[in-house]
Amino acid sequence: MILRYLARRLFLLGFVFVALTIFVFSLNYLFPGDLVSNLTGLRDISPEQHQELQQTLGLNQSIWQQYIEYNRRLFAGDWGLSFSSQQSVLTEIGKVLPATLELTSYALCLSLLVGIPLGLLAAVKKDSLLDKCISSVALVGYSMPVFWLALICIMLFSLQLGWLPTSGRLGVLFEVPAQTGFIFIDILLAPQIDRSAAAYNALLHLTLPTLILASYPTNVMIRFVRHSMVDVLDQNYIKTARAKGLSRGQVLYRHGLRNALLPVTRQVGLQFSSLITLAMLTEVIFSWPGIGQWLIDSIYQRNYPAIQAGLLVVSSLVICVNMLTEIVHTLFNPLARKL
Amino acid sequence: MNVTLCRIGSLSLVLWLTACQPAPATHGANGLVYCAEGSPETFNPQLVTSGTTIDAISQHLYDRLLDIDPNDGSLKPALAQSWQVSADGLSYRFKLRSDVQFHQTKYFTPARPLNAEDVTFTFNRMLLLDHPFFQTAIEYPYFDSIDWRHRVQSVTAVSPDEVEFKLNQPDSSFLSVLATDFSAILSAEYGAQLVQRNEKLNLDLLPIGTGPFVFREYQKDVLIRYYRHTAYWREHGSLTQLVVDIVPDNTKRLAKLLTQECDVAPIPRLAELEMLSNRSDFRVDQQTSMNVGFWAFNTQKAPFNQVKVRQALALAVNKPNIMQAVYFGQAEEATSVLPPNSWAYRKQNAPEGFNPVKARQLLEEAGYPNGFSLDIWAMPVQRMYNPNAQKMAELIQADLRAIGIKARIVSYEWNTFRRKLGQGEHDSVLIGWSADNADPDNFLRPLLSCAAAVSGSNRANWCDPQFDQFIASALQTTNVPQRRSYYLAAQQYLQEQMPLVPIAHSKRFQVKNHKVTGVSINPYGGISFVNAGKTP
Repeated sequence: MILRYLARRLFLLGFVFVALTIFVFSLNYLFPGDLVSNLTGLRDISPEQHQELQQTLGLNQSIWQQYIEYNRRLFAGDWGLSFSSQQSVLTEIGKVLPATLELTSYALCLSLLVGIPLGLLAAVKKDSLLDKCISSVALVGYSMPVFWLALICIMLFSLQLGWLPTSGRLGVLFEVPAQTGFIFIDILLAPQIDRSAAAYNALLHLTLPTLILASYPTNVMIRFVRHSMVDVLDQNYIKTARAKGLSRGQVLYRHGLRNALLPVTRQVGLQFSSLITLAMLTEVIFSWPGIGQWLIDSIYQRNYPAIQAGLLVVSSLVICVNMLTEIVHTLFNPLARKL
Repeated sequence: MNVTLCRIGSLSLVLWLTACQPAPATHGANGLVYCAEGSPETFNPQLVTSGTTIDAISQHLYDRLLDIDPNDGSLKPALAQSWQVSADGLSYRFKLRSDVQFHQTKYFTPARPLNAEDVTFTFNRMLLLDHPFFQTAIEYPYFDSIDWRHRVQSVTAVSPDEVEFKLNQPDSSFLSVLATDFSAILSAEYGAQLVQRNEKLNLDLLPIGTGPFVFREYQKDVLIRYYRHTAYWREHGSLTQLVVDIVPDNTKRLAKLLTQECDVAPIPRLAELEMLSNRSDFRVDQQTSMNVGFWAFNTQKAPFNQVKVRQALALAVNKPNIMQAVYFGQAEEATSVLPPNSWAYRKQNAPEGFNPVKARQLLEEAGYPNGFSLDIWAMPVQRMYNPNAQKMAELIQADLRAIGIKARIVSYEWNTFRRKLGQGEHDSVLIGWSADNADPDNFLRPLLSCAAAVSGSNRANWCDPQFDQFIASALQTTNVPQRRSYYLAAQQYLQEQMPLVPIAHSKRFQVKNHKVTGVSINPYGGISFVNAGKTP
């Protein structure tokens, strides 16, 4: 049963990837400029070289064979060069992606850590003053644009109070070579620096972007958990459990919480895509050297190979995370397997 | 499942926090962050004239034979201990210091201290076509602009610590050329090593110099990292590290100053400066730059060939008004072509200020009682010496109306503008000049000599044998008081003849954190952190 389900999901995943690569492949033709340079990222190609490249890229074959050839290159790790730096886009992504993953995962954790307890609290104390406070704060946070909030926070915490830095991942005076791309691990690996001072500094840099990025998913989570819990608490089995004589705590934990949190796992996957989108905004505002800023720079520079590769990586990431949470959700909830 | 993962994550985060002792907001390391406006194009000052690049590299990595005293503009010994000029002014001999060490880095370990070979290696690069590195650069903009290959006949090592420059003709501004940021001394030993490894391009990318800081790393558009040169020959400040943080956005640079992520930064906008100068934790330095914005008349055309007309026009311009409206107080009113911080600046007998009545009278004497009409060409681009030529033209237009002259404002696209200007199609033009070195010759010769009228940088098309005589005589002598007297006479003559109306010398602003010591703006070149330190 579960294996069949997994097989079906994976088949669907493969299908989505095929659609994605077809789309990205077609961009080569849709972008202005020369097809060969769009595919390879090379600039100033001489006519002879152009001829040769057409041969190796299989451009004189049918469009489907070109597509297959394109996929083969993707798997071989030959993603072309960036127009602006003339370096492989794959290595460039390797440098910027960890920064984004770091930021988004911290923000996601924060939103779960804050969002779930507050949501539960609001649901349990439904219609009390506390509930009204939490719900209205969540509503205000939910409607506040992230870039506006970011600028207000920069003005307050950085420019007025001078507590937190406004840009980057680490003070420039710390020489930390990028080895893994994850700043805390890199600090541990870096030779000859004051590690604790560097880690503290990295934490200061991380604070504001993480808080800003977490604000939207946290508020979504509060509202979602509250709604879900209120629904569950209205169910007949809760009344039964209470009637059976279970204490309030037991009812809440054993019957309420478990059932209420089930939809939350699914919500995490759904939130991830909006989180990535917001991360791009946050990265630009805080000069965070992640994939969002890199992609937006690439768009400004009309760096077509980089735009394609960035699109492919970000979309794949979102699809994979969605699929993963979907599967986890199904494992916990047998009802969902019937789909 | 996700929740437990996060709990572990958050727990480790908390552990991290407790593991760190609270550090002050500024970094523990004794380093200084200079926030620059842009990335450097190269790491060799021979190859550029851009101020951003010079500020980011020159004074930190390299030394020069001579230095310019930032206070009075006089020349003082640096890598050259002493120097002698031959009686005919054609030969310059420099005696070098013997205790100067080159940088030791991952890519180069020097085997010997500086000697005459390094100096000849450096200066022959621009001179000799068979120099191994001549071909590696497309151009040497500064040295090409001063016509290095025609000025200098040869550069030779007389002994291991003595170098001789032979010139083709006497030129007393030559020493100033050697003191500019562009005349940085490179290592011949490093050059030889690169030739051997066939990595010639690295001479300009992975720098080796004798300066107070050693190159460590460069991340394009992100930062340049320097470490202290421990074997530096001069006494220098306490910094162990210098980072040039590249922040092109003005607002972000200001924000970084406020959050103390930057210690020193150039800031161009006035509104921000006022805010900063009100705070006790920042110091705003200002300095008049070596440039001049002016209004030049095409003296080949009537009626501008008449001295009285030019004088009348000069008297009609309300300069204080322009200072307010165009420069927003970020410039100094010009009384001469030379800025006040030049050693040859003429303090006495400043020209008469705004006087429309006298201007009308002069016009009458010149035979134009009812005025005439003229074109004012306003350059279409922003320059430091003239941030808004269009607006300046409008102000002058209004001033001229008061003395009965009708002015029309003309502008073209920049390249067309310069071409038409070179052909002398203009009546008058609002433009300016930024000097490459501190020598007064660098203002007077390219702007107003007969030779410049031919080559095109003399916007007034003014050719006067008497003026040429003054500046030529000044170059013939190396006696400074005597040179000055020639330049004073030249300026006096200019004021009488008025081929152009000097309007303003713009100022440069720099903001620094109050903890930073030993950094000031140098009017004659890039920023230097030799004496910089930071109080905790």
